[in-house]
Amino acid sequence: MHNTHVIDPVTRIEGHAKITLQLEDDGTVSDARFHVTEFRGFEELCGGRPFQEMPALTARTCGICPVSHLLASAKAGDAIMSVAIPPAAVLQRRLANLGQIIQSHALSFFHLSAPDLLLGMDADPSERNVFGLMASEPEVVRRGIRLRQFGQEVIEKVSGRKIHGQEIVPGGVAEPLTDDEVIEIGYKTGEAKQTTLDVLAHFESLLVTRFGGEVKNFGNFPSLFLGHVGPGGRWEHYDGALRVVDSQGAIIADDVEAARYKELLAEAGNTDSYLKSPYWRAAVGANGSPWDGIYRVGPLARLNVATHFGTMLADAALQRYRGRTGEIATSSFHYHYARLLEVLASIERIEQMLGDPELTSEFVRAEAGVNRRRGVGASEAPRGTLFHDYEVDGDGLITGVNMVIATGHNNLAMNKTIREIADAYIDGPDVPEGTLNRLEAGIRAYDPCLSCSTHALGQMPFQVQVVRPDGELLTELRRD
Amino acid sequence: MARPKRPNVPVVIDGHEVMAYPDDTVLSVAKRNGIRIPHLCALDGVSVYGGCRLCVVDVAERHKLMPACGTAVAEDMEVHTQSRTLQEHRKLILEMILAEGNHVCAVCVSNGACELQDLAVELGVDHVRPDYQFPRRTVDASHPKYTFDPNRCVLCTRCVRTCSEVEGAHVWDVAGRANGSYLIADLGQPWGEAPSCTWCGKCVAVCPTGALAWKGKAVGEMRHDPNLVAFLTSARDEGEWLDRETM
Repeated sequence: MHNTHVIDPVTRIEGHAKITLQLEDDGTVSDARFHVTEFRGFEELCGGRPFQEMPALTARTCGICPVSHLLASAKAGDAIMSVAIPPAAVLQRRLANLGQIIQSHALSFFHLSAPDLLLGMDADPSERNVFGLMASEPEVVRRGIRLRQFGQEVIEKVSGRKIHGQEIVPGGVAEPLTDDEVIEIGYKTGEAKQTTLDVLAHFESLLVTRFGGEVKNFGNFPSLFLGHVGPGGRWEHYDGALRVVDSQGAIIADDVEAARYKELLAEAGNTDSYLKSPYWRAAVGANGSPWDGIYRVGPLARLNVATHFGTMLADAALQRYRGRTGEIATSSFHYHYARLLEVLASIERIEQMLGDPELTSEFVRAEAGVNRRRGVGASEAPRGTLFHDYEVDGDGLITGVNMVIATGHNNLAMNKTIREIADAYIDGPDVPEGTLNRLEAGIRAYDPCLSCSTHALGQMPFQVQVVRPDGELLTELRRD
Repeated sequence: MARPKRPNVPVVIDGHEVMAYPDDTVLSVAKRNGIRIPHLCALDGVSVYGGCRLCVVDVAERHKLMPACGTAVAEDMEVHTQSRTLQEHRKLILEMILAEGNHVCAVCVSNGACELQDLAVELGVDHVRPDYQFPRRTVDASHPKYTFDPNRCVLCTRCVRTCSEVEGAHVWDVAGRANGSYLIADLGQPWGEAPSCTWCGKCVAVCPTGALAWKGKAVGEMRHDPNLVAFLTSARDEGEWLDRETM
């Protein structure tokens, strides 16, 4: 007879999900599944809208990472218009994305995961939350909130608002950046950088003293890694080309245009989750399983595909990181570590950009109509590679939308991670609270944004099972 | 009959005596005297329609509420523009307008510069009591310069009257009946195929919502110019060029 444990809801993540564990009588794990239980459906509701509305419309997918959708959507619009946007608009968009990476990573680290990381996985659940953290580490929380505020303010300068700005548009951006706005950002980079350096040093010490087991067991498996890289393999977040590496560091694909993503990736539906499971098409044979094509995106993957950051402090930190993880980091626990490095690199990149006179140029927008029926836009969202793929009619009205969301790319990896944690920490039918929290923490490591990720209507696989009380399957109906 | 040089008809609005011209409406004299009466379909420079009913006022010795835009002034007329009953009527009318279409400010080209949105704020419409109708309406982006989104159309007919009375083309009109009414270009063809359209853009300028907009505008970028019509008619008919910024 199966013994089922359900963690519902999974807490301190963005969106709604649950985890189910199936245990045998002897307590061994027979299955562990991550289910996304909410549905958004943006791919359907965008139909018939003018493509110029799409950035602001799709940004409503999420309150945490709206900039990522603004950028991918605006780039898809650029492609439909077939324009090269002005250099100042590129700089502004890059600036917004760096602000987005900072604020989202700060949210993930300080607000969502720091209770586990700083108070311990087995801490009293009534204190293992952001309020408990405020009581025991008030200065860390205060600095984390200030760091996130910095990222939000950078976003506000470019997109008009901290959340759901509407000034990143097809063809560029709506308004030039002023000198005062640039100066305001510049005033605040020092504090943000110092906060990041201090937290990074603290986290590096905890990796040695506290989290050896988690590093070993939190999604530590071979997979492919996907992300954008810039010239010379430099860490990239807005432009560049796609690169895929394997766990040994071998480059599987390189210099791939984002518009070709469908040639490389396929999506499998799930009967028990609204979240689809993308996989690397070439790794799966005709009758193979999507699991053969498992890959990861996000901070961990971006650091695995890139050779360097191109900024001094972040590159020094990257050397220490690789000293601990090896050339390719395979443990998903290192997502936290990679996140801190990306924050540091983002702040340094912002500092570099603020000195560029082009940033405040008055020329920020290219105007054009429909010059192509399909446009694909991609960017590196905080959680990983994001694709917006639009088709329009001759009048510019949307006839088809496909959004491949960073969290979706990681779906197979998240499922594999909780199975790995369950196998490592569950020993017998009684599952202690600290182990349940580790399962949640395994998901948190990916910082999934589930509200962003469930959009395809009418393609959902369907499964009905009739099961006896003792767990025996009597009949099953499926629609794949 | 020519207008007298000075207003000479005494009217009492909300307890204040103001002087009106004989051809004034309650709305026009109130507006000239800085008394705010919420309105939507009314537009200076074109004929009165009186369809939205948002400008209803209470006129002494009349047994029903009257639309201020279509009620001529009379000597010693006593008008009340603000009462709990009037506010409630206006609020419900606005809620019905919002429920009838698909008005999603967050993703509208006119977000932040929309008369319907401003009225909702002014009247305190923070929720809508009638059931939303969620009509299925198709955007017409066939015109090379402009876009018509019927989801955002409130059937105020400003565009119909402006196109007919000011431009003289009469591209726009209303087809259907009651809540099945809808705006059409020429004989119901796509706007881009309507041969009578002169591409002048006056209809777009006077639209109070994001229904008519310049093509290519992203969310929140549309700025209408509803004073354009009064400016043009005043210049044409009176030889007087008004300041559009301060009208």
